[in-house]
Amino acid sequence: METILGLDLPTWWFLVIGAVFSGYAILDGFDLGAGALHLFFKKEESRRIALNAIGPVWDGNEVWLVIGGGALFAGFPVVYATILSALYELFMVFLVMLIFRAISIEFRSKEPMHWWRRLWDVSYSISSILLALALGLVLGNVIQGIAIDQNYAYQGTLLDLFNPYALLVAVTTLALFMMHGAIYLVMKTENRLYAKLTILVKNTTIFFVLMFAITSLATLLYIPHMITRYKEVPYMFAFPVLAILAVANITRQIAYRKYFFAFLSSAFVTAMLIILVAVGLFPNIILSTIDPDLHITVYNGSSTEKSLKIMLTFAAIGVPLVGVYTSFVFWTFRGKVKLDETSY
Amino acid sequence: MNTEILSRIQFAFTIAFHYIYPPLSIGLGVVLVIMEGMYLRTGKQIYEQMTRFWIKIFALIFGIGVATGIVMEFEFGTNWAVYSRYVGDIFGSALAAEGIFAFALESGFLGILLFGWNRVSPRVHFFSTIMVALGSMFSAIWIVVANSWQQTPAGYRIEGEGMKARAVITDFWEMVFNPSSVDRLSHVIIGSFLAGSFLVLSVNAYYILRKRHLEIAKAGFKIALTVATVASLMQLFTGHRSADGVAKHQPAKLAAFEGHYDSSAVADMYLMGWTNADKREITGLKIPGGLSFLLHQDFTTPVKGLDAFPKEDRPSSRAVNVVFQTYHLMVAIGMALIGLSVLAVFLWWKGKLFEQKWLLQIFAWSVLLPQIANQVGWYSAEIGRQPWVVYGLLRTSDALSQSLKTEQVLFSLIMFTLVYTLLFVLFLYLLNKKIKHGPVDTHSEAIPDSSKRDNPILN
Repeated sequence: METILGLDLPTWWFLVIGAVFSGYAILDGFDLGAGALHLFFKKEESRRIALNAIGPVWDGNEVWLVIGGGALFAGFPVVYATILSALYELFMVFLVMLIFRAISIEFRSKEPMHWWRRLWDVSYSISSILLALALGLVLGNVIQGIAIDQNYAYQGTLLDLFNPYALLVAVTTLALFMMHGAIYLVMKTENRLYAKLTILVKNTTIFFVLMFAITSLATLLYIPHMITRYKEVPYMFAFPVLAILAVANITRQIAYRKYFFAFLSSAFVTAMLIILVAVGLFPNIILSTIDPDLHITVYNGSSTEKSLKIMLTFAAIGVPLVGVYTSFVFWTFRGKVKLDETSY
Repeated sequence: MNTEILSRIQFAFTIAFHYIYPPLSIGLGVVLVIMEGMYLRTGKQIYEQMTRFWIKIFALIFGIGVATGIVMEFEFGTNWAVYSRYVGDIFGSALAAEGIFAFALESGFLGILLFGWNRVSPRVHFFSTIMVALGSMFSAIWIVVANSWQQTPAGYRIEGEGMKARAVITDFWEMVFNPSSVDRLSHVIIGSFLAGSFLVLSVNAYYILRKRHLEIAKAGFKIALTVATVASLMQLFTGHRSADGVAKHQPAKLAAFEGHYDSSAVADMYLMGWTNADKREITGLKIPGGLSFLLHQDFTTPVKGLDAFPKEDRPSSRAVNVVFQTYHLMVAIGMALIGLSVLAVFLWWKGKLFEQKWLLQIFAWSVLLPQIANQVGWYSAEIGRQPWVVYGLLRTSDALSQSLKTEQVLFSLIMFTLVYTLLFVLFLYLLNKKIKHGPVDTHSEAIPDSSKRDNPILN
């Protein structure tokens, strides 16, 4: 099997997808989080500022989901097909919520009526919350494994997906995004809203740290297969240690009101959590709870080497390009939000 | 109703709805580049005003296009898992390329287009407009390539058997430039130019009729008319090339286009008609031997008919009629668009363009024509391919997700129907509102004072 820097192509592609989904979680994470917190802002002006803080970037953030979906389809078609068909209802609700969220942002400011704006505010916030929870549910079920048979067909029920552990991961994901979103918003706002957000940052951080601790404990106790990899390769323990240090650093930066560094830390934590899961699963991606022989791994679930090689070339050209113009857009809209005639 | 039928309805419905928006964005993107380019060149305020106005409409269209497009990407996996595993090696790479090379470009720069007027220089803004327009076209490239591979597979081989069978890529460029890619892509892109330019024509015709924003409307009309005329004439060419390609590579589909049953017979070309499956013939208005002539430059050469294919390998008799009707409607609209734009250019040349009320009335309604043509063109292309999802390789009925239950699809189909209906009503309402409001004199608003901040009109 062909290797690059000692890693085979499927493993490389596993890393690429991990990186893309981390990018998605970091970027859409803060705007989903901002959405989840939206109803905490009571005044019309505050809500507009909060919306405009994500206004120029949320659409670009969602691109990472599209790239991630395409990359999974292309690199691991078996995984893509299996997970999407198994978690059918969950993804359908997810897609519909994506639509609701997009139109809420888009339509809210188009009419002046009080009820109109209230309606879209609520729809924006609820869809953001449900999206975060749905992502967490998917993650929780992937961590535990799902009931797939030899034809890659799901044998469980919808209710099985809402098991306690998956629900725990879902709430943790929401907590993470809320904290991440609050920190983003505090960087982009001033005056009254800033004061309000400093409190929200504290509360959401406490919420996240609590959930993080509970979920970690639950994983250690109930999901033993997530730890075997760390035992086999002890230096992998660096990741959980880094994750805990980064969480600690968020609270430290917040205490000093260094919100930019707090934001970098929460972005780092987000990436670390995905890496923790990825390391725990590897080389499996989807675990079959019916029979370990049916696990879908990076090897039996991947595209051919030729296809992976073509796409690694794409990624090598495309990802830096996307990075450049994403940075350009963020740079263009740096600083505190000011409402003007182009605002929502 | 079984899972397959429901899934097919769901896919057709979600994609048909989605396909209203990307062609509009692509066409509008080109018009925007011209408008803003004119603004930079001439410095005239009317061009800036029309650019700003159309960017707002672009954003509305783009937003819905993105929201409904993400659904498409994931529906392959949710409903068509076997298909996804079968083609992932090939189809997946085209989708991934779309995301990274096209969609990211478009969405990234859209923020600058919308919110960047006061933050970047006019040149950088213009550059962003070009990037957004290019991004929307790159999207079309990869999506049409992926779809064309389903129509005329190339650059692959089949590996494995049964549930493990899959198409494996052997030559990337052969896959990209499969026999139908270039023809179909040019046809789709030009169709998009028509959709976008006729929207602009329609809105401006409405303004001129109402004597509103006259100066801006007339200038905008001329820009869009130029695009529309070039595009409608070019569409004649790409349409012919596409039909030629279908004759070569998907003869059963071409036979369905024209309702041609008998392989030993000369093929007529119908202007309109009704297929009769029992008698295996068409009743309607025809040019005898017309199709034979178009394909072989000879009125007497026989053309392969539907009877050349086993029943299970060609569109069903009911499907043939749908394909026949949709195909002919598309062609008829294409001709009408040529007539309309050429007539308008002639009047422009005569200096009487804006004096013909009736013509402006037609233009005000004309926005529907390219939309209908794009929709029915897509139906004939996709239904004509049946019963295959990948032509000659994988049947649609075999492509379905194995674990899917009828009630699951029923649930999602009902959900999409409700949400898309709501979305469409809101879209039309807001579009109408924006059009009624029209372009605004931007200079008086460039520096908003605080009292205006909560003025809804500025939002």
